[in-house]
Amino acid sequence: MQTENLIAIREFCIHNNIEISFISSLQQTGLIEITTIEETPFISAEQLRQVEQIIRLYYDLDINLEGIETITHLLHRMNSMQEEITALRNRLRLYELND
Amino acid sequence: MDFVDYYKILGIDKTATEKDVKSAYRKLARKYHPDLNPNNKDANKNFQQINEANEVLSDPVKRKKYDKYGKDWQHAEEFEKQRQYQEQSSGSRGSGFSGGQSGDFSDFFESMFGGGGGSRGRQSRYRGEDFNAELHLELIDASKTQKQTLTVNGNNIRITIPAGIENGQTIKIAGHGGPGINGGPNGDLYITFSIANDPHIKRLGDHLYTSVDLDLYTAVLGGEITIDTLSGKVKLKVAPETQNGSKIKLKGKGFPVYKNEGHFGDLFVTYNIKIPKNLTDKQKELFTELSKS
Repeated sequence: MQTENLIAIREFCIHNNIEISFISSLQQTGLIEITTIEETPFISAEQLRQVEQIIRLYYDLDINLEGIETITHLLHRMNSMQEEITALRNRLRLYELND
Repeated sequence: MDFVDYYKILGIDKTATEKDVKSAYRKLARKYHPDLNPNNKDANKNFQQINEANEVLSDPVKRKKYDKYGKDWQHAEEFEKQRQYQEQSSGSRGSGFSGGQSGDFSDFFESMFGGGGGSRGRQSRYRGEDFNAELHLELIDASKTQKQTLTVNGNNIRITIPAGIENGQTIKIAGHGGPGINGGPNGDLYITFSIANDPHIKRLGDHLYTSVDLDLYTAVLGGEITIDTLSGKVKLKVAPETQNGSKIKLKGKGFPVYKNEGHFGDLFVTYNIKIPKNLTDKQKELFTELSKS
């Protein structure tokens, strides 16, 4: 079974000094997805950045999971709006007068 | 080097308890934390300041030193030497101030405490800071895959910019951000591309738009013209009776599709028909004749 882009949750928790139950609660709230291979739970490398961000928000800023869910949702929205602004700006350039 | 008022930064007074410091820090950190303010340089700067203030005021030893020598921080070294001497004399080995990774602390902090102290509490391994950079390109440069060497924090990074990159697009160069803290991984480098407007050719996604002037006679009778494209000159057949403002599409002569080698958008050409000026009497006569026909 290919585990190249997967990180064992146990190792991740030891590395970050956090409880495994915390990662499970992230899965339960739908913030992350866990892949289980041969009874070993993993998170994908693509999710690493997001999980680390959640850890910082939870442990360093004392924001609870409900707050993190809201923040994550708003950050996604902000990101897609930012992309839309960039696309609209590029479209606007089509109509800008030459200098 | 200016004196930094850590109490003012956290919005507390000198009598603040450890709990007050923690509470003020948390409140401001939630406001300015980089995770909550992506691409906001001002927020990042504020966060560094409150982090630094918290680093000092939440540590009783550092706070004592700061309170005692804050405004006269130049004496801090003297104080330190004296303290070390006292510790050596009593046979103990003082741990001193942690001189770990010197991160984004002010000169004031570093001169007083010798570099950023490690975070307390959870002692997690922090990912390094993400760096953001902007790279300016001309439209023609963005139409070709090219290699560039960037210098980021003294390190040369060779990057390949794929043809077809979009204005405002950001690419991530993993591991080329700030160094990790407590053995954490390095941050990433984010490069945002700013592609200058071309005076002759406009771009929208993978398609290009341009306009060419056409003399009246070619527009009426048809003919051949040569136009400039990003990939060189192209000969165009102009159909007879071409109308002003009409458009033609040159398939595959547009911008390269990002990360899709061999695929190109289209080039749209709009004709601007120019009416002849300064007509001779003979020409006027011919036009009059034409108008009556």
